Amino acid sequence: MSSIVSVKNLRKTYGNTVAVDDISFEVAEGEIFGFLGPNGAGKTTTVECLQALRVPDSGTISVLGLNPQVQAQELRLLIGSQLQESALPDRIRVWEALDLFSSVTPDALDWRVLLEQWDLAGKRKASFSSLSGGQRQRLFIALALVNNPKVVFLDEMTTGLDPAARRVAWDLIRTVREKGTTVVLVTHFMDEAENLCDRVAIVDRGKIVADDSPQGLITQYAGEVRVIFTTDETDISWLDKVDGVNKVAVSGPRVEVTGSGPVLALVAAALVEHGIVPADLRVEQPTLEDVFLKLTGHGAGD
Amino acid sequence: MRTLFKLSWVEIKLFLREPITVIFTLALPIIFLFVMGGVFGNTTDADDSGMIVFRGVGPLDYYIPAYFALVMMAIGTVALPVHLAGYRERGILRRLRASSISVWSVLGSQIIVSCIIAVVGSLLILALGILVYSPNLPQSPELLIPAFIVGLLCFTALGFFLGAVLPSTRSAQGLGLILFFVMMILGGAGPPPEVLTGAMDIVGKITPLRHVILMLQDPSLGFGWNQDASLIVAGITVVLIILAYRFFRWE
Repeated sequence: MSSIVSVKNLRKTYGNTVAVDDISFEVAEGEIFGFLGPNGAGKTTTVECLQALRVPDSGTISVLGLNPQVQAQELRLLIGSQLQESALPDRIRVWEALDLFSSVTPDALDWRVLLEQWDLAGKRKASFSSLSGGQRQRLFIALALVNNPKVVFLDEMTTGLDPAARRVAWDLIRTVREKGTTVVLVTHFMDEAENLCDRVAIVDRGKIVADDSPQGLITQYAGEVRVIFTTDETDISWLDKVDGVNKVAVSGPRVEVTGSGPVLALVAAALVEHGIVPADLRVEQPTLEDVFLKLTGHGAGD
Repeated sequence: MRTLFKLSWVEIKLFLREPITVIFTLALPIIFLFVMGGVFGNTTDADDSGMIVFRGVGPLDYYIPAYFALVMMAIGTVALPVHLAGYRERGILRRLRASSISVWSVLGSQIIVSCIIAVVGSLLILALGILVYSPNLPQSPELLIPAFIVGLLCFTALGFFLGAVLPSTRSAQGLGLILFFVMMILGGAGPPPEVLTGAMDIVGKITPLRHVILMLQDPSLGFGWNQDASLIVAGITVVLIILAYRFFRWE
């Protein structure tokens, strides 16, 4: 697979604030690539430079082989943009917006289909100002897709969506990718990055601190699995010797075993063998959140 | 081109859905027409001191072309700047730009919509004026039409310039209304310019409105093409276009 987005040494400052500090990365064709990071980490600035909406101070950018600074208009025809801060005229109707935005290219998708997919068919004639936050968000995603883009940039696309609508949005974005569109996603939701992205770049204070598949990041930076249960049995020193176990922490009846690999199955088997069958045996797999905390020293909300 | 026409059509619908703008650009000049018609009628005569007012023609013959200019000025000082500044302030321009809708489509659609509003507004004034006050018909339509186009370009350019430099809807509304009323009173669409003396006359003469009115009145009254006024208006237009281009921002 070839690179569809290529960024080298991108830098952007606002006054004395360094928003993007020497970022380099590549996005392969057909990938769902995610930027994960706290607010103000420089994610939005980076993708807006890619979309020819901001001019970087230095660095080179290539999107679909085009330079956003020189071939901005040409590039914008080929990409889709869902922006964090934007709006439509209050009194424009949903169908009018879709019809207008689809008129920019003869390759546009049938907006009536998008209207159905993004659950806006009932709002076809509603004015923009009458839409709820979630409906507006879905309209903006539909507008980003209506020109049938080769790359779509989605900046915090599920903000304002309820949990069910988020799941639907994820499924729809996977479908979009299956049809060949490369997706570049900006998010501060760990679960979104973990569920949806093929590859995630963790961004903090204007820098990419790690870049891998979600599972790769977890294995590399937060590889430990925790197995937790309670028991009245006091002598459990044999647990240390079970394969894969790194640490056993006991506090009262609560036992927390930390380890790697297939440690859950091995611990469970050893427990049964010793006649301990805890009803509350559970496992905590490390998540991107753990990776994030480990790499940045703070949560995504900070 | 397809986007330009779609956007223009959407903008026309948006204009019609915004009652305040419709009232301000289309109804207000008509209200003034009836107020002035009610006060002065259309009888040509000197006032008590023997001073010649309304350029020596009937008040309504004077005001009808002046109100064509008033419609254009309502677009250029208030409707367009408020619209553009609001589009920028709210991120609508940004949204349009990201979807490869060009600056030419955005501004082109505004020119088309402004043209339609100005023509409709002026025809309404002419038709109602004729119906109610039976003034003289425009004498040289073949000169009035180009004068109309030049005047409209001038105020559209003013609208683009104000829309480019004013940061918000509020500032555009505030400044736009001040400009509108100062120019209306002193520029020749309020009291007859002959009664404005001293500083009022000087300020009146530097308003674009005064010259647009003269440019429209002369062909309408059968005085021919007003070369001085049209050159001044064209000059102002060029300067405003350059300034608008220089200061236009998407966000």
